[in-house]
Amino acid sequence: MLFRAGSVELSSKAPRMTGWTTHTGRAAALRLSNVDTDQLIPARFMSTPRAEGYGRFLLHDTDAHLPEGTTILVAGPNFGSGSSREAAVYALVDFGIRAVIAPSFGDIFAANAVNNGLLPAAIADAPALWDDLPAEIEIDLAAGTLRGPGPGGERRFALDPAQRDKLIHGWDDIDLTAQHGPAIAAFRNDRHANHPWAVPARDQRSGHPTGEDE
Amino acid sequence: MTTLLDRLWASHEILRRDDGASLLWVDRHLVHEGSHHAFAKLAQRGLPVAEPGLTFGVADHYAPTRGTPKDAAVARMIDTLAENTAKYGIACFGLDDPRQGIVHVVGPEQGLTLPGLTVNCGDSHTSTHGAFGALAFGIGATEVAHVLATQTIWQVKPKAMRITVEGQLGPGIGAKDLALAWIARLGTGGATGHAVEYAGSTVRGLSMEARMTLCNLSIEGGARFGMVAPDETTFAYVAGRPYAPRDMDRAVADWRALRSDADTRFDREVTLDAAEIAPTVTWGTSPEDALPITETVPVPETEHARAALDYMGLTPGTPLSAIEIDRVFIGSCTNARIEDLRAAAAVLAGRKARVPGLVSPGSRLVKQQAEEEGLDRIFTEAGLDWVGAGCSMCVAMNGDRVPAGERCASTTNRNFRGRQGQGARTHLMSPAMVAAAAVTGKLTDLRPLLEGRDAA
Repeated sequence: MLFRAGSVELSSKAPRMTGWTTHTGRAAALRLSNVDTDQLIPARFMSTPRAEGYGRFLLHDTDAHLPEGTTILVAGPNFGSGSSREAAVYALVDFGIRAVIAPSFGDIFAANAVNNGLLPAAIADAPALWDDLPAEIEIDLAAGTLRGPGPGGERRFALDPAQRDKLIHGWDDIDLTAQHGPAIAAFRNDRHANHPWAVPARDQRSGHPTGEDE
Repeated sequence: MTTLLDRLWASHEILRRDDGASLLWVDRHLVHEGSHHAFAKLAQRGLPVAEPGLTFGVADHYAPTRGTPKDAAVARMIDTLAENTAKYGIACFGLDDPRQGIVHVVGPEQGLTLPGLTVNCGDSHTSTHGAFGALAFGIGATEVAHVLATQTIWQVKPKAMRITVEGQLGPGIGAKDLALAWIARLGTGGATGHAVEYAGSTVRGLSMEARMTLCNLSIEGGARFGMVAPDETTFAYVAGRPYAPRDMDRAVADWRALRSDADTRFDREVTLDAAEIAPTVTWGTSPEDALPITETVPVPETEHARAALDYMGLTPGTPLSAIEIDRVFIGSCTNARIEDLRAAAAVLAGRKARVPGLVSPGSRLVKQQAEEEGLDRIFTEAGLDWVGAGCSMCVAMNGDRVPAGERCASTTNRNFRGRQGQGARTHLMSPAMVAAAAVTGKLTDLRPLLEGRDAA
């Protein structure tokens, strides 16, 4: 049994994430806490092919009105909690959002965001920015800072180092992982040899294929 | 000084980068109709599925519960899953399969979910499978594509948190009440960044179904992972299931090591007294907005609470047990297993529902078993609709939805705005509590209704 992922040809036509280090854009306050992914995009829109664009679904059933051209959202705690739907990130990204600043994020949302080049920047007192929000915010990913015009000064944001690296380099996980093909194949063969119970037994009734039978 | 999380992590870690991200081996990958974005990414790059034998498809999110899909978009989602799984040689429990159901019901039921495995699925309630002592977590579409292409996933190890519950739960009170109680206490983001291990005598005493309910709701408290160390209850549940190991002795010998050492320190410890857990219901638009049924609608202290009460159409000070409902729903990956249906039927037997409602079993096999036990007749004689298996009215993708402005007592996992349909108002509670609400037409303490009956 050969592990196939290590030997695949990666198509050159495939889009890759582009990395970024700085962004300056228009900020808008989203004065809500616990903005779950059902709010970001209601489920009924999720059968739409991505190519049609998801920006028009963003916060569809809410009272929120984001000014045209907004690229940075400043929101309340626990942003992106709930469902794992990556469509919530597609809606933000397709609308033009590059960064969300909030005290905390749902774990799955944060991972999905980074996989689409969207920065989840954690600042404990983000709602304190709502009332005196600078029209533009400058983000420096490498330095981990935000800056608005005027005397507001610089603010540091928290971001997992692995996520920061990914955003900066625009890494695509499948590309990264492909280089570990031999280690993965060795691990797989060892696991199945030493823990045979980890391989699904053949279902007698359906004869569904299993890892053993490949 | 090793936690269950440490053991599960170490046994799947292929390598770790300097920045802390681990590359984990994935033992089981479950896909559903919503995985279409991931399959599209794979096709776009011309990549094969690395391990079709470790990948299983289930039609659930869009599965019709009555007849065939009514809507072309819904039908297309189900067809796309069938096409994608067929194309890559992935076994699929589709609409033509007698074992079809909700992915988090079917996996355990078929013996695909086992102690000591990593289980991924593009669904946040994948934490359910942690009830077996598995490292199970929900992932997004990009991650699903990555698992399809490589059978691995990059993940930074979460912090370890333990929720210990000791003592005896009262009659009719169960895992749903326990889960809502801890989420109400810690908040919906309370366990973010953590893997939760549930421990203590109360948890040891729970059935596998109840442990699944508890682990399922971990994500509603922010934890991407929930888990219970496997024990005799786990092994007995797994034995003899279609995809379970043939050599159970060898498997169980390995599985017995899957626990946290007695002297282990967790990053965070929380303890709950089972005797203090009451039948619990939600009043707002987040699972943390939960209170014992004996309480009143709270006076809002935050903007979130004010907005929630406005959306829910509730007035502070109203007894929760005075809130009238329009319909009920019994179903979802949280509470649609056989024990859940038995608990609801125990309350409904010989009684009539005052409101309409749906009962959607978690899988076709659960449906069959419930019918063998006569539970379907209890529901239909009460006036509720007994329908097919799927995510149904929990996520309102298949056409089953709560009409705008209506109030639903629901066994599901999210009372988010519009979750069960645009403008729908959801109150989360246990199956037995939903049954009690059906009987009286309002949110109701089930305990008086259980007098002289077994809670099941």
